[in-house]
Parts: sequence; C-alpha cells; structure tokens
Amino acid sequence: MSSEANAPAPGIYLDNNATTMVDPVVVEAMLPYFTQQFGNPSSLHQFGDRVGRAIKTARQQVQALLGAELDSEIVFTSCGTESDSTAILSALKAQPERKEIITTVVEHPAILSLCEHLEKDGYKVHYLKVDKKGRLDMQQYMDLLSEKVAIVSVMWANNETGTLFPVEEMAELARSAGVMFHTDAVQAVGKVPIDLKHTAIDMLSLSGHKLHAPKGVGVLYLRRGTRFRPLLRGGHQERGRRAGTENSASIVALGKACELALAHIDEEKTQVRMLRDRLEKGILATVPSCFVTGDPTNRLPNTCNIAFEYIEGEAILLLLNKLGIAASSGSACTSGSLEPSHVMRAMDIPFTAAHGTTRFSLSRYNTAEEIDRVIAAVPPIVAQLRKLSPYWDAAANAPVTEPELAFQPAYA
Amino acid sequence: MWDYSDTVKEHFFSPRNAGAVADANAVGDVGSLSCGDALRLTLKVDPATETILEAGFQTFGCGSAIASSSALTEIIKGMTLDDALKVTNQDIADYLDGLPPEKMHCSVMGREALQAAIANYRGEVWKDDHEEGALICKCFAVDTVLIEDTIRANALSTVEEVTNYTKAGGGCSACHEGIEEILTRVLAEQGKTFDPTAAPPPPAGQPKLGTLARIRRIETAIEAIRPNLQRDHGDVELVDVDGKNVYVNMTGACAGCQMASTTLEGIQQRIVEDLGEFVRVLPAGKGQGPRAEGRGAPA
Repeated sequence: MSSEANAPAPGIYLDNNATTMVDPVVVEAMLPYFTQQFGNPSSLHQFGDRVGRAIKTARQQVQALLGAELDSEIVFTSCGTESDSTAILSALKAQPERKEIITTVVEHPAILSLCEHLEKDGYKVHYLKVDKKGRLDMQQYMDLLSEKVAIVSVMWANNETGTLFPVEEMAELARSAGVMFHTDAVQAVGKVPIDLKHTAIDMLSLSGHKLHAPKGVGVLYLRRGTRFRPLLRGGHQERGRRAGTENSASIVALGKACELALAHIDEEKTQVRMLRDRLEKGILATVPSCFVTGDPTNRLPNTCNIAFEYIEGEAILLLLNKLGIAASSGSACTSGSLEPSHVMRAMDIPFTAAHGTTRFSLSRYNTAEEIDRVIAAVPPIVAQLRKLSPYWDAAANAPVTEPELAFQPAYA
Repeated sequence: MWDYSDTVKEHFFSPRNAGAVADANAVGDVGSLSCGDALRLTLKVDPATETILEAGFQTFGCGSAIASSSALTEIIKGMTLDDALKVTNQDIADYLDGLPPEKMHCSVMGREALQAAIANYRGEVWKDDHEEGALICKCFAVDTVLIEDTIRANALSTVEEVTNYTKAGGGCSACHEGIEEILTRVLAEQGKTFDPTAAPPPPAGQPKLGTLARIRRIETAIEAIRPNLQRDHGDVELVDVDGKNVYVNMTGACAGCQMASTTLEGIQQRIVEDLGEFVRVLPAGKGQGPRAEGRGAPA
C-alpha cells in the first residue's frame, strides 16, 4: 500500500471510477505552476520558457504510461469528454465521404450522447450489442467494418462493470479494413498496462482525474499520420491540434500522476485486485440473492459491481453514506432518469436486480482494514432494505415465491 | 446527491409503519419496475366507521420513495376512507418538507397506492389515470407527457409556445433541444415538420388591438394590480403609453420604495400577459424621456 497518502480523507472511498483523490505528490508538483511558474508557455521570455519545459516533461511522462512511440502524439485537452468529441468529430470531418460510425451500446455518455446527436445530422451509427456478461460479438463487429465507416469507437474498460473489451484486437481488424480506431480508455489508463506503439489504435482518450491527477485535464493520443481536424481552433498550442492556452499546472500534475501510475501499475493487479476480490467474496458469502455483473474473469482489477436483488441502489448508497462509505449505483433514481443504467439493461439484467446494482471501485490507497469494514457493513444494510421490500419474505429471509408474480404493481 | 430535506432523511432512515399489516383488508400495489419504484400499501379498515386503523407499506425504491411511503402511512392512520381520498401528493410532499422535482413522482405513487387500496377495499377496480414521462424541464418540473399533450391539445409549433403554455424551457434553457425533439416527434405524427426558425403565430382569437382598446386593456391590468399595492399603502397610476413603453407613476409608499423596480417588473409581466404582446413598464420621469437604462428585457 502506498503510505504517502498522508492524511486520509474521513470515510471509506470506494468510488474511484467516478473520480480519485489527487495524490499529494501530484499536488506538490503542480503548486509552483500557479505562483512562481505562471508564465505562458508560448512566451519567449524565461517565465514562459520554464513552463514550456515542464509541459514537455509532462508530455513525456504521459507518453511513457501509454507506451506511445512519440511525445508529439500526446495532445492535452480539458477532459475525457473533449478528447472523445475531438476524436469522433475529427474522423468525420477528415473523411467526409464516410458516414458511418461503429460503437457499442455500453459506452459512456460522452460517446453515446454524441453519437445520438450525430444520428440526427444524418450519420449512421452501429451500436454493437453485448451478451449477459457484457461481452461483444466479434462477428457482428467484423460484418459491420466497411469503407463507409469513418471511425470505430470502443471503450477499453466499462466504467460500471469494469469489463474489458478486446480493443487491441478490434483495432487490428479496423486497420485491416482501412478504418480509423478510437478507444475511450478513461477507466483503463493507470489500471491496466498499455503499450500503444505495439497496437493499431489510432486515437485514445484519457482523463486526469481518474488517475489521481486533478479534474479539468485530459489527453487525446493521436497516432502520427492519423488524419485530423481540430475541435477548437485558435492559437498554435498543441501544434494547432487543440488551441487555447495550456492548463499548465494541471498538465504538470497529470504528468506526475502518470509517472506514479506507471510506477504503481503492478500494484493494481496484485494488491488492489486482492482487496477487490476480498471485498467481493466477503459480500457474496454473507448476502443472499446477489451476483456480480459483467465479466468477472476479464475486468479491471479495481472494480466490483454487485447486483443486490429486490432492493434499490439509491437507498443502499444513502445507508452506506451514513456509515461514511462511498460507492455508486446503476439505479434510475441516482441519476434522476426513469430507466436503470443502460449498461445493466444492455446485459439484460432484470429490473429487480438492475436497480440494486452497486459499484465498488478501489484505488491503491484503500486498505484491507477499510475493506473489512465494508464487508461488515453491507449485509445489515441489504437486510434492512429487504425488510421493506414487497419482493422479500422477511421471515424466511428469502425472496417471496415467484417474486415477479407475487407482486405485480399496477401501471408499469 | 439529492438535496433531501431533514424530514425526508429522517423518514428514510427510520421509516414508520414498515412491513405489511397482519390482518389487512385493503391492499394497493402500484409503481413501475422499470423506473425502480414500486409500493404495496396494506390497510386495516374498521368496517363500521370506515376508519383506517392501521397502515403498513412495503416499498422497492429509493430514499424518497421509502420516505414518501412512510409519510403516507402516518398521514392516513386514523382517517376515514373518504378523508383519506382527499390526501394529495402535494400533502405527502409537504409533510416531508418538500421533495426534489425529479422525486415528486414518489409522492404521486403514494397517493396512487392509497387510491388503489381503497378501491380494493370497496371491491372496485382502480384504474390508473396518471401517466408520467421523463422529466424535460428541471426548472419547472415538466415531463414529456405533459408537453406532448399540451402540444397536441393546443396545436403548438414552437418552443416559445411550449414555454408559454407549460413553463417548460422558461428557465435555464437547457431543455430547449429536448423540447424541439418532442415538437419534431409530435408534429411528425400530424404530418407536419417542425421548423426551428418559425416565429410563434399570433395568439388565436386576439386580433391586433386598436390604440384605444390597447390603452384600455393596459388600464384594466393596472386597475387589477392596484388593490395589492394599496394594501401596502402604495399605488400606481398610468401616465402615458408610447408604443412599447408604458409610463406609470408610483405613489404613496411605492414612491421611493427600494422594491419599486421589482414592483414595476411585476406590473409589466401582468400587462404583457393580459395584452399578449411585449411592453416595457417605466416610471414616468421628468420630461418623461424613456429611461430604459438597458433593462435588458427581451423584446
């Protein structure tokens, strides 16, 4: 465990797929760039020059974590969403004769909302389906690849279940069909090893705040030679590929965070994974009627998404929060929408379970002691809510017989 | 996280009347599984007096659904069935010191469970007359179904009209795109095409007023407001109408009141509504030059 996480935040934070704590070492690295090193990196004088050099270092640190061949392939942006939009809109703009996009039904809204919007502008979007474990059908993918497709955009790892997609293989297939390939790797970077120079991936999005850098900074990896059109035009920053004065302090921070992530990458698949497995086994052993969603054999080492049947996720989160435990849910109520998470629906998880899905996402700062406290806290919370549930027989501590028939509310 | 009132939190953390009433003689099951909220209400009703002796709930739902269920059972215990039927969803929300707009449907579900349970007791078949769609306008809590129905009923064709009829879109503007999508869909059903550049048609049945009729209507609007001002020992009088500018004199306590500009805005809104056109209400100054120092109201 990294003990440099000096003053631990109060409570137990298991929502690292939402955002992460900025590593204190990262904060230390960025602070001088607010006051002493405030120059504009485009300026000729020493004030600007020093910042320009720091950004160059940061670019190399990102390059190292991604295994990119060149540091010029790293374009700093404001966030993962900007990187995603830049990638897709660039591919469409640069290849106006191609009017189709291939993506998946379980992408992040940063991709899905954009694609739905583009459909209104006349683009054809193919959404690859997933099976009950959240896996893609590669045959369906291969059948869709054609010279009409401008870009394939497939996430490296799913934010809700942690399920990994075979993006390296998919990128090879796209390349052999002459189609550009983008991956939203916001959840994967820093959690699984990445070596872009040995892949056919043309573009990749990452977000600083998912790997212990601050919010408000991201990266678009752009393979050399990829046809490109900028989203923001203006100054010559980022070689004209992303205009706008550099967010220098955050860029320096992201560089440092990438350096740390690379140094700790093995911990993800050892310690973090061990804690995640311990949490998951502990909960599954003590709570009846619950199951892991996604593909447990092929997922991020830090993510565990459990569906607690017959209860609702927001209620679970509120009770966890009362104990200082932070997690997240795929229920409709947590987002204010009328449908549970599109990821759970895509995997055909029944409503009675989809609303009770709870995501625990760890980081290298979590401790075994924290995990044990969560394992102890969850069963009584689930039991308390099930006592209120019309689907649950409190006396038998089991679902009522044929729950879907026993309770059929009017108006669905 | 939601901005729940302390009462909502309290009822969620310590729900009252949780579980089924043992010897219930009325049951109401309502809700929507896809939305993630469903409620079974069980009542024990005294057949002689038709009084609700006991009420219990079982809820599959979020914090506010559980709190609404708990509040409902507390409200109706001891009521006669006829009185209980008068309980509205707003009563449930008020009991909880309010609910976030996205969560008002939880209180609606409570009221429906009550209606369903009473129908069940009386051997009637309860039919849901309530339809709810995705929330479009968060500022004024307007959902798709209301917008669609209003567009159909009033043959609306622009976002401005939808805002005028439903308030949706009158706040932060975030939902204008959503309203345009609904317009596109509903107009397509009618074989029409939504034109985002179309100006709102003049209100039906309101031909352009002549100068005199227009001034009379402004006068009537001001007359209607005066009693409110007089209650606060103020008053207002119409001085002149010059095109889009309506000049008034604030008198009594209104003269020099720090709230005068707010009052003027209120008067302006009332006149705009009554007149069906935009006017600017200004204090009649010396020489009565237009004193519209960029008040920035949309024309």
